[in-house]
Amino acid sequence: MRARALAGLSAFNAVSLALGLAFLYLPIVILVAYSFNASRLVAVWGGWSLRWYGELLHDRAMLDAAWMSLRVGVCAATAATLLGTLAAVALARGGGFLGRTLMSGMLYAPLVMPEVMTGLALLLLFVAVDAERGFWTVVIAHTTLTMCFVAVIVQSRLAGLDRSLEEAAMDLGCSPARAFAAVTLPLIAPAIAAGWMLAFTLSLDDLVIASFTTGPGSATLPIRIYSEVRLGVRPEINAICALVIVAVALLIVAASLITKFAGGSRDAAAPL
Amino acid sequence: MTIRRIFSGPARLAAIAPLVWLTLFFLLPFGFVLKISLSHTVIAQPPYAPLIPLTGGFEALRAALAQLDLGNFASLAADELYVMSYVRSLVVASASTALLVAIGYPIAYGMARLPPARQPLAMMLVIVPFWTSFLIRIYAWINVLQHDGLLNRVLLALHVVDKPVVWLSTDTAMYLGIVYSYAPFMVLPLYATLARMDVSLLEAAADLGCSRLKAFWLVTLPLSLRGVAAGALLCFIPIVGEFVIPDLLAGSERLMIGQTLWLEFFTNKDWPVASSIAVVLLAVLLLPLLVFQRLERRSVEGGTR
Repeated sequence: MRARALAGLSAFNAVSLALGLAFLYLPIVILVAYSFNASRLVAVWGGWSLRWYGELLHDRAMLDAAWMSLRVGVCAATAATLLGTLAAVALARGGGFLGRTLMSGMLYAPLVMPEVMTGLALLLLFVAVDAERGFWTVVIAHTTLTMCFVAVIVQSRLAGLDRSLEEAAMDLGCSPARAFAAVTLPLIAPAIAAGWMLAFTLSLDDLVIASFTTGPGSATLPIRIYSEVRLGVRPEINAICALVIVAVALLIVAASLITKFAGGSRDAAAPL
Repeated sequence: MTIRRIFSGPARLAAIAPLVWLTLFFLLPFGFVLKISLSHTVIAQPPYAPLIPLTGGFEALRAALAQLDLGNFASLAADELYVMSYVRSLVVASASTALLVAIGYPIAYGMARLPPARQPLAMMLVIVPFWTSFLIRIYAWINVLQHDGLLNRVLLALHVVDKPVVWLSTDTAMYLGIVYSYAPFMVLPLYATLARMDVSLLEAAADLGCSRLKAFWLVTLPLSLRGVAAGALLCFIPIVGEFVIPDLLAGSERLMIGQTLWLEFFTNKDWPVASSIAVVLLAVLLLPLLVFQRLERRSVEGGTR
């Protein structure tokens, strides 16, 4: 298939790849390392310590924010997975239907729309209908944003599927709905799972849209972290950031294991 | 054929819920932005007037339309602060996108030329930071770049500089943060294009006497332009409206438009002006958005993998 001479990695390629990965990972590694620094001063290495993790347990506001973010993330990711999967099925299997262009337009726009605009727009809607801002408004906002990512992942999986499998099931007497449930759904399940996890992490990550759509007293974790970060580097912040990084890393490992055991294709985990 | 048609019926029904959701929570809200951008600022809660009455029938609607005020847009155009914010945003986004292409292309190229068995791992390594919190990654850079941070200490130890360099609150730090955060968005579409490329084309070029460099210039680069375009738009559009990175890493004397919008909204509580800023920003981004949608639709729905 691929000529050996071309498949080989030239020195230039290897170096650029290595530098690129170092650039991507080094700051994160440093952040995690410093979260174990016993000294309060960032410039001084005071030995390894779990002190800042202990202090986190007493930070009521931070814990509340983390709990809020987790609940928002689970609700938004679940709703987004449902809606995003439906949208992907409609686009990949629905043929040309009324509103198709509108829907694909509305699905791709939020992927790149600057967050300040999406956030402002949603807030103005919530104010106009006099909705009480807080948990549910953030869930709605995050669902809207993340369902688009789910739709893209599931849709590219559906596009890569062999449709003759569905047709065979229907030839054998399955109704379209039954064929979908028995044949298609198991095949796209890894993409749906990956979509849920991506939606969850995006929701856990979002600062701007949550800032616009939340109400007083219900700060999410990024809002809380942001207000601390503006005041400068603090070891407690390093600790909470390290915890978030570990949580997300575990999710990714889980996602790749699910994909692997389900025999999914490798692009199931590719967000775009 | 008929079976496909039967299947498409229920599949179309699946469109209803997401279509309703997106219309309610994506399309409709932008209508409100437009409406409030045409309103007066008042000191009240919510801080704007008038509302277009939805219950008063056609006559009331017409009366309301007559009251609409383009003053916010006029003041945007007249005030240098806003104009400079837009210009700065476009300049920063263009420069960052160029940087991202320059940095992302070699990485994507290196990935695509890895032995096929190793490529999923390399792709995973590029994706993982994308899953890690955006805010946390910017914060990680503050750790590195601050006055007594790691970078300055390494530079001092190596005697590259003799006193700490100011990195934070500079454009350098902001560009670094932007390139860092958006790198996966550039690398992934580029990699997808390059990995899909038919390598036999390069062999043919080599057979016909092309050097490797010339083959790259004549074959690889033109074939990967669509990936470059997809990656560039995926970065350019959100960078124009970026808030977090310039807010945390750049200085506060010159603002990007996302920061100006944030300031008008949260600090000055001037919702009509914030909305006008958003409307103009949407107008600026409309063309890139449309091009992006075309590219994206083709790449996702093409299914030719």
